[in-house]
Amino acid sequence: MRKSIEKLGDNALYYVEHAGLMGIFLFSCLGKMFTPPYRLYPVVKQIHFIGARSIFIIVVAGGFTGMVLGLQGYYTLQRFGSLDLLGSAVALSLLRELGPVLTALMVIGRAGSAICAEIGIMRSSEQIDALECMAIHPYKYLMVPKFIAGIISLPLLTSIFNVVGILGGYLAAVVLFGVNEGTYFQGMYESVVWDDVEMGIIKSFVFGLIIVWISAAKGYFLHLDRSGAYGAEGVSRITTNAVVLSSVAILGGDYLISAILL
Amino acid sequence: MKRLNVELVVGLFLIAGILSFVWISVKLGDMSFLDKDTYDVTARFTSISGLKEGAVIEVAGVRIGKVSKIDLDREDYEAVVHLKINGDVQLQEDSIASVRTSGVIGDKFVNITPGGSDELISEGGEIEETESSISLEELVSKYIFEQE
Repeated sequence: MRKSIEKLGDNALYYVEHAGLMGIFLFSCLGKMFTPPYRLYPVVKQIHFIGARSIFIIVVAGGFTGMVLGLQGYYTLQRFGSLDLLGSAVALSLLRELGPVLTALMVIGRAGSAICAEIGIMRSSEQIDALECMAIHPYKYLMVPKFIAGIISLPLLTSIFNVVGILGGYLAAVVLFGVNEGTYFQGMYESVVWDDVEMGIIKSFVFGLIIVWISAAKGYFLHLDRSGAYGAEGVSRITTNAVVLSSVAILGGDYLISAILL
Repeated sequence: MKRLNVELVVGLFLIAGILSFVWISVKLGDMSFLDKDTYDVTARFTSISGLKEGAVIEVAGVRIGKVSKIDLDREDYEAVVHLKINGDVQLQEDSIASVRTSGVIGDKFVNITPGGSDELISEGGEIEETESSISLEELVSKYIFEQE
């Protein structure tokens, strides 16, 4: 009995401490962003990794998402004879919700897991300790380029996703089902306002931050994980954790941001 | 060579992303960097129920501007609607502004019927003649109760 109460308290303390560690990690990394030396090339390299190499998957995902929106929208709206709403339905759902969220989930799968595994292996093979021995600040050297790249890449990827999605919806609705082309685009131009675009962009900024934050922090604090295994097993477990946690954080954060901005 | 490749790919990515963003914000988000030439006029209505900021203003079905702000006159309890109208459209002083609905369940918009006066409304002017929004529920209830 006493044992189980002790365990409960222990668990609570562990998770609160972990949350605190990750919070301090985030603010230290953001603070380090504004201290010299400013090095451009690592940022370019990380944008290449997080952003440029995600384009293929983003285009494919965006195209099919737009097509399925066009298809579903067509069948639903056709019953009410209001096909003129199709363009705006596709554009609004992409800009406000699906674009930022699906892009973020794709980037978690592609880049978030890789960031976590990379940092985790550096921790377990003591490369991070080696950096500290050489008086190179690991936050500045490893984390800051990733954070900057995440914050720059996500909005751009989301924009690409949205444009490709709108074209995918066009393909499904106009080319395959013969909806009037003018109706599709005109409805879209009229109903979308700047607030919708802004909401999507704010979301993608925050998501970029969340993805890099959770993935990098999980990897960085590998040695503090209490399930013990510090080597390959630990890295694999921590990577799974990072992917699950950041996906959940994205979906929860999406609701919060929508609620605040609406 | 490898270094050049990375930079080239990143450059292409940035260009594609920024182009997409610009297309979305300018074309869809009505965010024009070259501010279009517009002028403001106001109109007072007894009721604008359902009209929202950003609603379209039409003359003969053609879009000529949008509603920029909606206020309540605290003394007369009238709605004061600020209209942002494209600079190339001149409105006569006796034009009539009316709140209409597009279709049965469509959005509310402001329709302007041109007048015949020689005097034009200038920046900051007011459209004197207005028609308030027609509420479908009121019409229906009126019709039902007048049958008796």
